[in-house]
Amino acid sequence: MSNQEPINTFSSRIAVLPEANIDTDQIIPARFLTTTTKAGLGDVAFNDWRYNADGSKKPDFILNTIDASEHRVLVGGDNFGCGSSREHAPWALTDFGFKAVISTNIADIFKSNSLKNGLLPIVVTPEIHEKLLKNPQQRVTIDLEQNQLSLEDGTVFVFHIEAFARQCLLEGVDAMGWILNRLPSIESYEQKTGKAA
Amino acid sequence: MSSQPKSLFEKVWERHIVEDESADRPAVLYIDLHLVHEVTSPQAFSELDARSLKVRRPDRTFATLDHSIPTLGPDAEGNRPYFTPQAKAQVETLERNTAAHGVKLFGWGSENRGVVHVIGPEMGLTQPGYTVVCGDSHTSTHGAFGCIAFGIGTSEVGHVLATQCLAQRKPKTMRITVNGELKPGVSGKDVALAIIQRLGFGGGTGYALEYTGPVIEALDMEGRMTVCNLSIEAGARCGMIAPDQKTVEWLRGRAYVPADYDAAAAEWLKLKSDDGAVFDDEIVIDGSVIEPMATWGTTPDQGGAISKGVPVASNENEVKALNYMGLHGGDSRSVAKVDVVFIGSCTNGRLADLRAAADILRGRKVADGVRMLVVPGSEQVRIDAVAEGLDKVFTDAGAEWRLPGCSMCIAMNGDFVAPGQLAVSTSNRNFEGRQGPGSRTVLASPATAAASAIAGHVVDPRDYLQSA
Ligand code: SF4
Repeated sequence: MSNQEPINTFSSRIAVLPEANIDTDQIIPARFLTTTTKAGLGDVAFNDWRYNADGSKKPDFILNTIDASEHRVLVGGDNFGCGSSREHAPWALTDFGFKAVISTNIADIFKSNSLKNGLLPIVVTPEIHEKLLKNPQQRVTIDLEQNQLSLEDGTVFVFHIEAFARQCLLEGVDAMGWILNRLPSIESYEQKTGKAA
Repeated sequence: MSSQPKSLFEKVWERHIVEDESADRPAVLYIDLHLVHEVTSPQAFSELDARSLKVRRPDRTFATLDHSIPTLGPDAEGNRPYFTPQAKAQVETLERNTAAHGVKLFGWGSENRGVVHVIGPEMGLTQPGYTVVCGDSHTSTHGAFGCIAFGIGTSEVGHVLATQCLAQRKPKTMRITVNGELKPGVSGKDVALAIIQRLGFGGGTGYALEYTGPVIEALDMEGRMTVCNLSIEAGARCGMIAPDQKTVEWLRGRAYVPADYDAAAAEWLKLKSDDGAVFDDEIVIDGSVIEPMATWGTTPDQGGAISKGVPVASNENEVKALNYMGLHGGDSRSVAKVDVVFIGSCTNGRLADLRAAADILRGRKVADGVRMLVVPGSEQVRIDAVAEGLDKVFTDAGAEWRLPGCSMCIAMNGDFVAPGQLAVSTSNRNFEGRQGPGSRTVLASPATAAASAIAGHVVDPRDYLQSA
């Protein structure tokens, strides 16, 4: 079921991938999309950046150097998540252990998919982004109740998350259940517009 | 009070509002047409099954097989050469799910199977004024018919299957006016690449685009579909074009259009932005200066006129992109040797695209060392192309002629570009590894791709135009 565990406040070290324009083909290459479940996709997150052709790990790639349980916040370069609508991208990132993604711009569909999977897409100003990239070892705190991202140097940034998605995350509201509850108005819309079956 | 002038987007949006949005609630938006394919639907059907739900409107839901299927035919025993057992299992999962939920599947054996964004318009499933969604970002294609059409993730595929609705916030709007007249030999793909270059990769984030102006009006429906298809490559959620007489004539007689066609068409023709409609943003482009375009980098905005050669990198990103591509700033596009040419995809896999490529290839040969793959966008395109003898033109030139599917556009079916190889592709994404691990992709029009196959390097197709 898509019911998410509520998210409120958490602190974590960051993992920085400074490349700009990280697209969904990098997050999870298309050849891994033939799965019919969501399980185990963390293993192939950033597959082609993470592994050599023979399957061995690239030792300096960030995802191979960190402890996933300690690094729950991914900071990407400018403009993160463009490309395909594959929800496999947030599935791979959350399965790896991430709970938030930060960039200066986050693509619409990736953002929407992330919010449905307990992955917070946080858009920051270039100044805040710079501070994160400059100190990639830092620990940050994300407080969804207050919409605040606190950096190690004490800077506090107020981010925006669409109000309903935020409520779903805070309270663990089930988005499918919510839209199913709209069925009476959906039926009357169909009647009114001649779209009933 | 006189009513406020409205944009095309606003008109179509408002007609689909089931519940309006407020500060703390998104709108509930009704979806007229939901297209489904094998890759982004299995988990959505599982979600329905887990909740014992049925597809609410199977009559508004249509499925096809395109992304992970082989483009080579079956062997003597009828076994299809799936790339992996998982790809086969995924197709079988969609066959099972559609059967269980009473959803029409244009599957193996159907003369209407094909890339989802090719078959929707082709059968007249896509109609002006509709909202269209699909678990695929290039759903924006259908905007060429005056639809609000956008890609969704698998969770939302589940929402639409279960309720025929989506929770959505209204995006901002941007009008893109393309003025002037295109030079001969310049296509819709070149216009789209020029627009993306102008907007930047991500420059359309949060926007619904409307394309307008003399150049857009002069494009045929195939060219308009190519332009709308590429909206997502600037990050826009959707792109749309007001229906006109061309739209009406193109759709006339197609399988799923309304019985009282002229009455429907009269309504469609009213769908356009009012004079004085306000957009959140506007850009104007001079179409008369657009030249045949090709990308040189690893995002679709990193492109330019072929005649201008490979640009010198002006920032770190561009250095990295040129390095990945194995190209050198300042070089002519004739320096880098092309290994693969791919003609196909939802961007440029329609009959008009195959004709444009065939017109250049007729009586000529693909250069030594170049592998050329031509993959029609649908069974209908394949059938029509064969009837015109286009398949012969391609095979005589030395190209491979395949069965319809996404093929090398996404390279998940075994059709891929080898590591380090340079491909000229009529598809939509030149991301690192998009066409296979380590592959390098140059995006271009069908004419450019065909001319480049002959030349063995990226070339301006105008030197290869032959009079019929
Ligand atoms: S042809 Fe390419 S872009 Fe179009 S639907 Fe298929 S994979 Fe997606």
